[in-house]
Amino acid sequence: MPLQAQETNQLEQLKKQLQEMQQNFERTQREQQRQIEALKKQIEEFQKPPPGPATAPPPSAPSGTAAASSAAAKPWSPSDPIPLLGGQRSYLNLSFDGLFTAGTSTAKEIEGLTTGGHDPKQRGFTVQNLETTLEGKVDPYFRGLAALIMQIDREGESFLEVEEAYLESMALPANLQVRAGQFFTEFGRQNQFHPHSWDFVDQPLVMGRFLGGDGLRSAGARVSWLTPTPFYSELYLTIQNSHGETAHSFRNENEGEPFLGRPSEPGSVRNLDDMLFVPRYVASFNLTDSQTLVAGASGAFGPNGTGGNTELFGVDLFWKWKSPRHHAGFPFVAWQTEAMLRRFKAGAFAEDADGDGVNELDLSGERLTDYGLYSQMLYGFRKGWIAGLRGDYVFPDRKGEYESIAGPDPDRASRWRLSPNLTWYPSEFSKLRLQYNYDRRNTMGDDHSVWLQFEFLLGAHAAHKF
Amino acid sequence: MKTKLIRHGSDIRHWKFIRHSLERVLKMPFGWNRPLACCGRLPACRNVRRQVAAENGLAARSTPFQNTLLAFALAFAATTAHAKLNVVATLPDFGAIAEEIGGDKVKVTSIARGTEDAHFVDARPSFIRVLNQADVLLEGGLDLEIGWLPPLLNAARNAKILHDAPGHVILSRGITVLEVPSGPVDRSMGDVHPSGNPHCWLDPANGKVIAASAAAAFARLDPPNAAFYEANLKTFNQRLDAKLAEWTKRMEPLRGLKVVTYHKSFSYFLERFGLELAGTIEPKPGIEPSPTHINALIPRAKEEGVKLVLVEPCRPRKTPEYVAGSIGAKLLILPTSVGGNAKVKDYIDLFDYDIGQIVEALKP
Repeated sequence: MPLQAQETNQLEQLKKQLQEMQQNFERTQREQQRQIEALKKQIEEFQKPPPGPATAPPPSAPSGTAAASSAAAKPWSPSDPIPLLGGQRSYLNLSFDGLFTAGTSTAKEIEGLTTGGHDPKQRGFTVQNLETTLEGKVDPYFRGLAALIMQIDREGESFLEVEEAYLESMALPANLQVRAGQFFTEFGRQNQFHPHSWDFVDQPLVMGRFLGGDGLRSAGARVSWLTPTPFYSELYLTIQNSHGETAHSFRNENEGEPFLGRPSEPGSVRNLDDMLFVPRYVASFNLTDSQTLVAGASGAFGPNGTGGNTELFGVDLFWKWKSPRHHAGFPFVAWQTEAMLRRFKAGAFAEDADGDGVNELDLSGERLTDYGLYSQMLYGFRKGWIAGLRGDYVFPDRKGEYESIAGPDPDRASRWRLSPNLTWYPSEFSKLRLQYNYDRRNTMGDDHSVWLQFEFLLGAHAAHKF
Repeated sequence: MKTKLIRHGSDIRHWKFIRHSLERVLKMPFGWNRPLACCGRLPACRNVRRQVAAENGLAARSTPFQNTLLAFALAFAATTAHAKLNVVATLPDFGAIAEEIGGDKVKVTSIARGTEDAHFVDARPSFIRVLNQADVLLEGGLDLEIGWLPPLLNAARNAKILHDAPGHVILSRGITVLEVPSGPVDRSMGDVHPSGNPHCWLDPANGKVIAASAAAAFARLDPPNAAFYEANLKTFNQRLDAKLAEWTKRMEPLRGLKVVTYHKSFSYFLERFGLELAGTIEPKPGIEPSPTHINALIPRAKEEGVKLVLVEPCRPRKTPEYVAGSIGAKLLILPTSVGGNAKVKDYIDLFDYDIGQIVEALKP
């Protein structure tokens, strides 16, 4: 056989082999495809609800390993949204809330009219609060929360503030719970609520006057005890730093301005007496199936910046009726009232400005007592719509000695405010609110203000406590 | 006399107390190396007692005083050990099933009422107290209770029912969840539950899965009564199976019937009995109906031949009445939960009532 013919023969053989291999491969592929299809069908059958009287698949360990059969176990791809809500990997819940107002007022100085740090500051628009909340379980023992707020002041400057950052125990024995870090003090009812969950555009006057524009909050620790009563009741004890602008009636520097007629110095902590102590007791009763009452009493005790000390007392009452057939929480009627008393023991202060050995200003120590209360009623008349009315009143027990020298102090002068409003929640994640304020200040006369507030919330909607 | 007290699960404190009291009264130290007193409830304990009796003839050698004391101590331990399981259910439906399974061995408290919107239950402080005392928490999951259960659980500080504790039972596990969004979800689509429709108890077949989960949890936490729970589960399943066959037969002629609902609360019910959802009165989950949506819904529903509008007791009536009137369909206010009206007292009543109403309304 010539060499060429032999080669051709081999080539033919190789070709044949290759063809066979290709056919084999295609057959295998078809077979596999068929098997895949069959398996897919089986899975689909398996996932369908069983027809007729079904036999329930008993979950072997319902609270542990078993996963919802249909929670589609789809691999994550970079284009998927990061599951922060309702996902299986919930390390950190993140939310952002933006709260704004627009409006106008007859008051010459709006900052003097409002007492809250988040209240409208000017005619036109105010960025009241931009709040980022990070929240989640730290480990099997603690959960943690941080609320970082940004505001834009009248000059247009943005600033960042750590409103809260704390950890809290999950299940201590003896019905105890500990919270530590920076947090809103458990004093009264509204002080612990963030501005976006308030029922009015602004803070009640008494809270701004006694607890401060940003509310009473500081670094510290709190222990609470769920008491073994047949009804709900809880006892709190908070120990916090008593200095800084968020401890307004205590060791507050007051931006260098005199506080109740005297310079206020933060000083430093020498012993335990220099801390802020806040006991609180709260109890709740179900009056009927649809009516709930929550009543609390609080005290706050600590030194102040004038060399004396401050005592704050407060009582709060919250009553709510909610229809037993409510649709998304409506209709409801809620009434909330807080009354507070501040006893400020101001230290003596003498000033010899020209150095002639004679004090131009000589103030002895005095006790300045102030009162304040607000009461508000809300009526949620149909889904998403709430009409509200709030009355505010703050007044001093009597004029201070320093006021007879320097004139009446606007931080103590009696004043009242009446605020009707109407709120519309298009959904739980947005809000529009129109509020009118009638202000009567005994030192300044009457003022009228109209504010339109709007809010949006992104991310996990933190459920609010009752 | 050498004794050993056997402890069961969480009874350790009681046993320690009993041992300490015995030591004090009898003024003799009890060693831990020899078994003597035991409740005898578990096979292991019964063996121990037999062994002890054989070894040192306890009854013969104990004084009457010692025997009385031991009897008292054991009775005390037994009563505390046999205290009812304290079960808290988020919804009355879960509570009703828990009662079927637990019988007189459990004390059941339900948080939400049958008439109210289960997504918007108030976190009343009294529930903190209830959850603080709970041995078992039965929740639906799938974010149904997300708006009110977390703050209650935080405040209740009860390790037994924290997430992943043996006492925390998520009842939707093991259920084929409907309407799980397949694509991306955001809030422009309304308040869509990212894990799927949570109203799963409205398929009576799911009632069996829920009951099985509850029975497994009760048996896990109260092993001496495991057989009791197992037997109750069997009885409940038998009853439910018989009823399910009856309901299926009654609903059979209505298979393929098109309905409009307010919210997607009835999806599991419709799926079970072969009814079809032709549209909802709310345009998107949790969003109030707009005139545009209603004006689009009516002709569409008319065209599809919708005969029934189903609405939960908590929804406003005006729009559903208008929709039903405009398309010539019957409007039914149907409870979706036990306690939704006075006639619906347990889980089986719920379907008896709802199916009775539907069949009655569509009688020619």
